[in-house]
Amino acid sequence: MSEKPPLLETRNLQVSTWTKEGGEWRENQIVKGVSLKLEAGQVLGLIGESGAGKSTIGLAALLYGRGNCGISGGQVLLDGADITTLPEADKRQLRGRHIAYVAQSPAAAFNPAYRLEDQLLETSQLHNIMPRKEAHERMVSLFKQIGLPQPETFGRRFPHQASGGQLQRAMTTMALICHPRLIVFDEPTTALDVTTQLDVLAAIKRMIKGENTAALYISHDLAVVSQIADDILVLRHGKAVEAAQTMTLIETPREDYTRRLLSAGHTGKQTTPVADTEKPLLELRDVTAAYGDGEPVVCNVSVSLYRGRTLAVVGESGSGKSTMARVITGLLPPSGGNIIFDGKPLPPSLKMRNDKQARRIQMVHQTPDTALNPRQTIRAIIGRPLKLCLGLTGDAHEKRLRQLIEQVELDTELIERSPPQLSGGQKQRVAIARALATEPELIICDEVTSALDTLVAEGVLRLLMRLQRENNVSYLFITHDISTVRAIADEVAVMHNGLAIAVGAKDVVLNPPFDDYSAMLLSSVPEMRAGWLEEALAKRRMESAGH
Amino acid sequence: MKGGKRFPTAAAAGSAIIMLFVLLGIFAPLIAPYGESEFIGEAWEPISSQFWLGTDNLGRDMLSRLLYGARITIFIALAATMLSFFIGATGGLLAASQRGIVDSILSRTVDLLLAFPPLIFALVILSVLPSSTPILILVMAFLDFTRVFRVSYSSALSVITADFYEAAKLRREKTGYLLWREILPNVLPPLLAEFGLRFSFMILFLSSLSFLGLGVQPPSADWGSIVKENKDGIAFGILAPLIPAIAIATLAVSVNVVVDWVLNRVISGDKHG
Repeated sequence: MSEKPPLLETRNLQVSTWTKEGGEWRENQIVKGVSLKLEAGQVLGLIGESGAGKSTIGLAALLYGRGNCGISGGQVLLDGADITTLPEADKRQLRGRHIAYVAQSPAAAFNPAYRLEDQLLETSQLHNIMPRKEAHERMVSLFKQIGLPQPETFGRRFPHQASGGQLQRAMTTMALICHPRLIVFDEPTTALDVTTQLDVLAAIKRMIKGENTAALYISHDLAVVSQIADDILVLRHGKAVEAAQTMTLIETPREDYTRRLLSAGHTGKQTTPVADTEKPLLELRDVTAAYGDGEPVVCNVSVSLYRGRTLAVVGESGSGKSTMARVITGLLPPSGGNIIFDGKPLPPSLKMRNDKQARRIQMVHQTPDTALNPRQTIRAIIGRPLKLCLGLTGDAHEKRLRQLIEQVELDTELIERSPPQLSGGQKQRVAIARALATEPELIICDEVTSALDTLVAEGVLRLLMRLQRENNVSYLFITHDISTVRAIADEVAVMHNGLAIAVGAKDVVLNPPFDDYSAMLLSSVPEMRAGWLEEALAKRRMESAGH
Repeated sequence: MKGGKRFPTAAAAGSAIIMLFVLLGIFAPLIAPYGESEFIGEAWEPISSQFWLGTDNLGRDMLSRLLYGARITIFIALAATMLSFFIGATGGLLAASQRGIVDSILSRTVDLLLAFPPLIFALVILSVLPSSTPILILVMAFLDFTRVFRVSYSSALSVITADFYEAAKLRREKTGYLLWREILPNVLPPLLAEFGLRFSFMILFLSSLSFLGLGVQPPSADWGSIVKENKDGIAFGILAPLIPAIAIATLAVSVNVVVDWVLNRVISGDKHG
C-alpha cells in the first residue's frame, strides 16, 4: 500500500484571484500553499471559517475556479499524476467520470425547470459512461439505499416537489451514479434543519462507505465533520493550521486556533430562578397569528419574559418563531390573544401603538447585509434613532453616538464608513448599537448569530450578555441552535408547527424528562465525539419503534 | 466591464454632442446669424456661404431656426421629464411603501392610463386644450409618469422588504423620511438610467407631436415643427426636412449611448461596492 500514491494529493497548492486596479492586474492569493493527501476510500474533512479557502480548495480538486479565480502555483495530483496541466477536454472528462461535486444549497443547485432524473442522469449521458437505462436502474437503487420515498418514481419529481433534505440526498445520488472515485462535499448539511441534518449526514456516511468512494468533506462545523471524516485539516486565511486524525485532533489539538474552534459554543450562562414576586415585562397570552386567511402559523402561544432576562425561542424552520417576533413588534397583528407589556395590554398593530410603546421594543435581524441601509454611513444609521427618539443634537448626540459604538466594541474610526465596507460581525454590532440607541427594554434577536462565523458569533453572544448586565435589557432570542440557547438563555420555549411545546426555565426544558419533539431536537444536535451519529440514529429508531 | 476603458469613446462622443447641443441652445440668440423668424431669402435656397444650411420653406435661415429649435426642444423635453419624474417617483415610492388602499388607487389609475396609446391620448387632450408651452409640458409629463411610476414602484418593493426598512418602521420614522432617506437612495441607480431613457423618449415624443401640428406653435419651432414645415420639400429633392430630422436622431442616440454607459457603471459599481 505504501508504494501506491494517494488518490488525491495537493502539493503547495496556491489559488489566486486577479482584480484590476488602476490599469494593473493585482493578484490576491486565497489559498497560500496547502498540501494535503487523501487515500482511496477515506474521508478528509476541511474545516475553517469563511475566507479560509476551504471551498476554493474543494473546487481546485475539480480543477475549477470561480470567476477570476485560478490555480496559480503548486500541483494537484490524482493517482500521482499532475492533473493541472491537462488540456480542458481531459479536465472535463475527469470531472464527469472520476470526481463529483455536491453543493451547499440544494435548492439553488438544481434547475427548477427540469425533472430531477433528467438532471441526475445528465452526466452519465454526456460522457457516454453508461446507457441511460442502466444509469436509471442505478439511480433507482441508489435512491432506495439513500432512503428517498418511492424510489421508482422519485426522479419524475421537479425540484420544488422535494424537501431540502431530499434534494440533498438526490444530489449525493447524482454524484454517485457514475462511480466516481472522489466526491467533494461543500457544506452539504449547512442549509438543513438540525433533525434533517442528522438523517442526511447518516445517509451520506453510509453511501460513501458502501460505494468505497473517497470524499473531501467541507464544513465550518467541527462536530459534523468529526462524525464523518477519518482525517481533518484545519484551515485559516488560506493556510493549513493543523492536520490530524479526527480523534487525535479533537482530543489533543496542537494549535491554539483549533482549541478555540473546539471550545466555541461551550460557554453556559448560569441562571437563577425568577423571584415569585416579579412581574413579567412581556407576556403573550394565547396568541394566534396567521398570514392573510391562511392556516395559523402561531397557535395559542403563551410565554413570559422578565426584565433583564433572556427567553430563547427554539425551533426548526417553519415552526413559527420568526412570526412570533413579528407579532410582538406589531408588524403582524395577531388574530387572537393578548400581548401584555409592562403590565398593560399592547395594541396589536404597530400603527395603533404610540411612539413610546413602539420604541420600547427593538429588533436585531438575522442577515447583517440587509439589516443596514447600504447607502447610509454608520454615523447616520446609529445617529438617526438618537435624534428621532431621544431628541439628542449637537455635542450630546456626538457623545452618545461614540459611547454606543464603543459599547458594541467597535472602533470609532468606522463612523464615516458605510455598511458594504464592514465585515459581517461588525455589521451585526452596528445593528445592535442601532437597536440600543432608542433605549429599549426589550430587544428581539432573530437568529443574530446564524450568518456569522463560529468565533465571530461567540464574540457577538458575549457582547449581548455584557450589554444585558449593563443595561438590564431583556432579550427574546430566536434561534435554531441549541448550543446558543445553552450559552445565553434564562428561559426557553420550544416551538414546533406553531405550538409552544415546552416552556420554562432553561435547566428544566433542556434536561429530562422531555416531550417527544424536544427529545428528538436535542438528540439531533451534533456532538463532538466518536460514534455520536450512530448512537443518535439508534436512539431515534428505538423511540419511533416505541410509539 | 473589467479591463474596459474608463470612459469609452461612444459615451465620450455622446456626452460631447449633448453638451454641444445644450450650449448651442442656450446661446442661440448670440450665435445665430439671423433672427428666429426673419425672412431673408427665397424658399429652400441651397447651402451657401450666406446660408450655411440653406433656407426653409418660407425663406428663413435654416441654421438659425435649428439653433432656436435646439433651445425649445431641449427645454420642453427636460422640463417634461423632470415633472414626469417628480410625479412618477413620488407616486411609485408612496404606493410601494404604504400598500393597502393607497397602493390600489395609485396602481389601478396608472394601469388605466397605461391602457391608452400615449400618442393618441395626447392628440385627444391637446386638441381640446388651448395650445401653450406649459400645457404641452404638463400633458407630456402626465402621459409619461406612468412608466416612471412602474420603475420606482418595483425597485422600491425590493427595498421595503429589507430588514433596515423594518428597523426604521420599528423606531417610528415618518413617511417622508422613509421615502426620501431609506428608499430613494437605494432606487436611485435604476431611476437615473430611466431618466436618460425618458428624456430621449420625450425628445421623440415632442417631435412627433409637433410634426402632427399639436406641439410647439408657429412662429416658434422645435425640431419636429421644422421637419413638418419643410416636409413638402422631399418631393422636390430638397434637403431641408432632413436637417432637423438628423438633429433629432443625433440627440436621441447620444442620450441613449450615455445612458448605456451610466447603466453599465451602476451595475458593475453595485457589484464591487
